[in-house]
Amino acid sequence: MNSSKAMPTPGASQETWRPLLELATREVFQLMLSSELTLPSETVTLRPGVTSMVGLAGQLCGVITLRCDEKAAVLMTSKMLGLPVDKVGTEMSDALGEICNMAAGNFKNKISGLGDGCMLSPPTVIIGSDYSTYSLADSPGLEVSLVFESFPLVISLQIHS
Amino acid sequence: MAVRVLIVDDSSVMRKIVERSLRQAGLDLSQVFEAGNGAEALSVLQANPTDLILCDINMPVMDGLEFIKQLSTVENAKSVPVIMITTEGSEAHVVQALSCGARGYIRKPFTPDQVKTQVIPALAGKV
Repeated sequence: MNSSKAMPTPGASQETWRPLLELATREVFQLMLSSELTLPSETVTLRPGVTSMVGLAGQLCGVITLRCDEKAAVLMTSKMLGLPVDKVGTEMSDALGEICNMAAGNFKNKISGLGDGCMLSPPTVIIGSDYSTYSLADSPGLEVSLVFESFPLVISLQIHS
Repeated sequence: MAVRVLIVDDSSVMRKIVERSLRQAGLDLSQVFEAGNGAEALSVLQANPTDLILCDINMPVMDGLEFIKQLSTVENAKSVPVIMITTEGSEAHVVQALSCGARGYIRKPFTPDQVKTQVIPALAGKV
């Protein structure tokens, strides 16, 4: 998981972190769900049914957010636990929180020197799409669109300087 | 070899995944105990002898590093090998965990092979 250790430092352009965020997410799905994420062939419009968030504090402050629809979240949980889709229940929130947590941890571990100076919050998971968020992030942030088993998902990083 | 294992993580999903990875790694698990934090784990150990502990670091109530330090107070568990499984992947965290007494360190996300690589040496001579 550390193949990109010699990558940008926290002071580098945020845009150089985009491939690391994508790689960190891809690795979580490869290793924990045995699933290869792909890039969308066209612009994705996502109405998220499940939103998972992990905060970053320390040298890098912000939040990493994973959004997908509920069917995708159920399938992720199914693949993660080896359960039939129709047996997935309340563990879905826990599973989506862990996926976001691992993606966030894997991402920060890929940025040289950041691992020690950046802490992760416990994950927060929102079920539903009728919500809005307000952030004090003072940069546009990064957003990576991917496809999981034909379902769109978006992982984003909002940064407070 | 039949192994009694304690899995400590505040995520029940992650506890199930760790158990599944241990089985995929070829371990014959005779008993699997679970705890959601270090304090619960100490209680479980009082009544349940185990051969191996896999433990997260970031947990509420009592984190994994404090748990390892407290482990020496549990008479029947003080020599049980502990493998950390965590998203905290920095060298400093690894060094800190090993200096606290952890026998191995696995970064999330992980494969069953990575689990096996850490667990088998830790169990040598224990079961």
